[in-house]
Amino acid sequence: MNKIIEANFQAPDVKFFRIEAPHVARKRKAGQFIILRVDEFGERIPLTIADSDAENGTISIIVQGIGKTTKKLNTLEAGDYVRDLVGPLGTPSHVENFGTAVSIGGGVGTAIAYPTAVALKEAGNRVISIIGGRSKEYVILENEMKQICDEVYPTTDDGSYGYHGFVTGKLQELIDEGKKIDFVLAIGPIPMMKAVAEVTRPYGIKTVVSLNPIMVDGTGMCGGCRAIVDGEPVFVCVEGPEFDAHKVDFDVLTSRNRTYILQEKKALESFHECKLEKKIDEAVVEQKSAEEVTHA
Amino acid sequence: MPELTNKERMAIPRQPMPEQDPEARSRNFEEVNLGLTEELARMEAERCIRCPKPLCIAGCPVEVKIPEFIELIAVGDFAGAAAKLKEDNSLPAICGRVCPQEEQCEIKCVVGKKNEPVAIGRLERFAADWERVNLGIQAPKVAESTGKKIAIVGGGPAGLSCAGDLVQWGYDVTVFEALHEIGGVLVYGIPEFRLPKSIVKAEVEGLEKLGVKFQTNYVVGMTETVDEMLEHFDAVFLGVGAGLPYFMNIPGEHLIGVYSANEFLTRVNLMKAYDFPNYDTPMIDVHGKNVAVIGGGNTAMDAVRTALRLGASRAVIVYRRSEAEMPARIEEIHHAKEEGVEFMLLHSPLELKGDENGWLTSMVLQKMELGEPDDSGRRRPVPIEGAVEEMPVSVVVVAIGNGSNPIIHRTTPDLAVNKWGNIVVDGDTMKTNKKGVFAGGDIVTGGATVILAMGAGRTAAKAIHEYLQNPETW
Repeated sequence: MNKIIEANFQAPDVKFFRIEAPHVARKRKAGQFIILRVDEFGERIPLTIADSDAENGTISIIVQGIGKTTKKLNTLEAGDYVRDLVGPLGTPSHVENFGTAVSIGGGVGTAIAYPTAVALKEAGNRVISIIGGRSKEYVILENEMKQICDEVYPTTDDGSYGYHGFVTGKLQELIDEGKKIDFVLAIGPIPMMKAVAEVTRPYGIKTVVSLNPIMVDGTGMCGGCRAIVDGEPVFVCVEGPEFDAHKVDFDVLTSRNRTYILQEKKALESFHECKLEKKIDEAVVEQKSAEEVTHA
Repeated sequence: MPELTNKERMAIPRQPMPEQDPEARSRNFEEVNLGLTEELARMEAERCIRCPKPLCIAGCPVEVKIPEFIELIAVGDFAGAAAKLKEDNSLPAICGRVCPQEEQCEIKCVVGKKNEPVAIGRLERFAADWERVNLGIQAPKVAESTGKKIAIVGGGPAGLSCAGDLVQWGYDVTVFEALHEIGGVLVYGIPEFRLPKSIVKAEVEGLEKLGVKFQTNYVVGMTETVDEMLEHFDAVFLGVGAGLPYFMNIPGEHLIGVYSANEFLTRVNLMKAYDFPNYDTPMIDVHGKNVAVIGGGNTAMDAVRTALRLGASRAVIVYRRSEAEMPARIEEIHHAKEEGVEFMLLHSPLELKGDENGWLTSMVLQKMELGEPDDSGRRRPVPIEGAVEEMPVSVVVVAIGNGSNPIIHRTTPDLAVNKWGNIVVDGDTMKTNKKGVFAGGDIVTGGATVILAMGAGRTAAKAIHEYLQNPETW
């Protein structure tokens, strides 16, 4: 059981958690992830560690509520517990002084890119950050990025804030301006990562993405997370999660991530029903106690 | 019962194991073997001819005092029989169910030379179950504390048996497990219908009663390295099990519907995906679909019988050799057939095909015939030229074994491993090349059996005990 120390929403459906996990905090490096299980009925889901504090024994994660598990997780508050948490897992980000590095985060991907951006800065890179969101309220960690990056560019799909368009548009603009870019880290939805890979490919800019396949154990035992990189199968949980974007078969990743789409829909429906029933139950109880008070 | 002559003992037939009806059980997850009754157990125990020099003990990797516990069953002292078993085996209810006795103790049984051997495994299970049901698991006496601390890495059969011995000898033992439950393959791999999880839980609780500490959600190598552990433990035993599942390296293995046996079984057993959506872990719905399991071992049998229970209309074993070469236990093959599993022998997958959305739709198979014996002594399967067929299939489970897990050796660079990544040990002591570190089970041997892992765990326990008497020597 791991206690949640801090929990607050950063954007609609996007929640920040600081969780007690001293063993993980002590060892964790940028790019690594944990697997957690919300409760005893829960599935095991991988989440990249956004930050850690070895002294206080806590780690931070930022969770986007999409399916039942992430939505259930996002109902938890400070003082609540998650049933199981294990890590750090995966191979840490490869960080060196490339020169100028661009960190691109799409939506909650910014939270995953953040620790590596910090590490890139510490390694002596000039770091440019592009933070993408659907609209203004989805642009997260802008202040945190500003503290460590040399340039920060928010982008929004609807133009409500910063650059109007996708992160790839901003990246292309930077390239067209003649900025010498030596390294790109892109983390976000698969279509975004795939698009970034296509932008940098013609220029031969080294580009790394963090893959998010379905996992169970996260230690190489189940093989569910296998992806195709450079034409060969790899187990993302032990070999990754970061890979050369120009070698990843994004179409296979996209299709495999759709494996449980029907079940996910069903689970979400039952979760909403459950929440609704709970609300009705609570309303009934409130009404009853109100009646009792009246009768008394 | 009056004392019987050997002739009379030999005349008693092997008592049948009561089983769930095949038709009913092929659709439920309850245990197939129901266990011997007291009467059947005592009758079976009378079949043992009490050899002056019993050969069966040598056949057992943990050297259970077989004739002694059987005699206690024969006289009706079931509690005594369980206690006798536990002198050598900390997990008898598990071993009584999943050990391949027919290749170990029972194959050596003298009664078996003429008749069927004494059903040692069934008697072991009987005694352990009797104790658990009637007395609760009894904790044997523990020696005075040695003040020494031992880390056991991996909560599977190797680690549990190693922990069981060391705690009895007075060591402070902590088992570190990567998953959220203790048991390793006993909880993620072997299905409920062959080994109920409540049995594993009870035996683990028995170890807890003895004083073994358990730390789940702890991936040694990642959460803490072996070198870091050596700073606060006097010895470390690595029983981390097998690792990365092998795939066939044929086209189409990335398609949706292709599982490793590890993943398929873990989803069902550990994560309880059969009870989705009450449990959150999903799996592909196999109701009314064709499921093919590639391989001929016990894991393949577990997977194919699980597929049936999940509602598959056809559950098929696809194996490239013939039935005689199958490594699975005869009992498992027999049970699978009774339940309606089909066997496509001498077929080898060539390619998996899918639809435009990446879902598996069919499998192309090469028919084989048996040629000359290969290195393993089994007749080599040879393709029959032009004999290729395609079968429609929605789910393929690949059960052809596991490679080694890289986490320990990547994070412990000075630990010697062979070219397959298995840890190299001295076979008599399970000592690795690294002082204070021992290893055993699948991480040393590659995929093997529960009892071999338990045997390795016990061998290591003995060697750890000897080493800690005199830690200057290695």
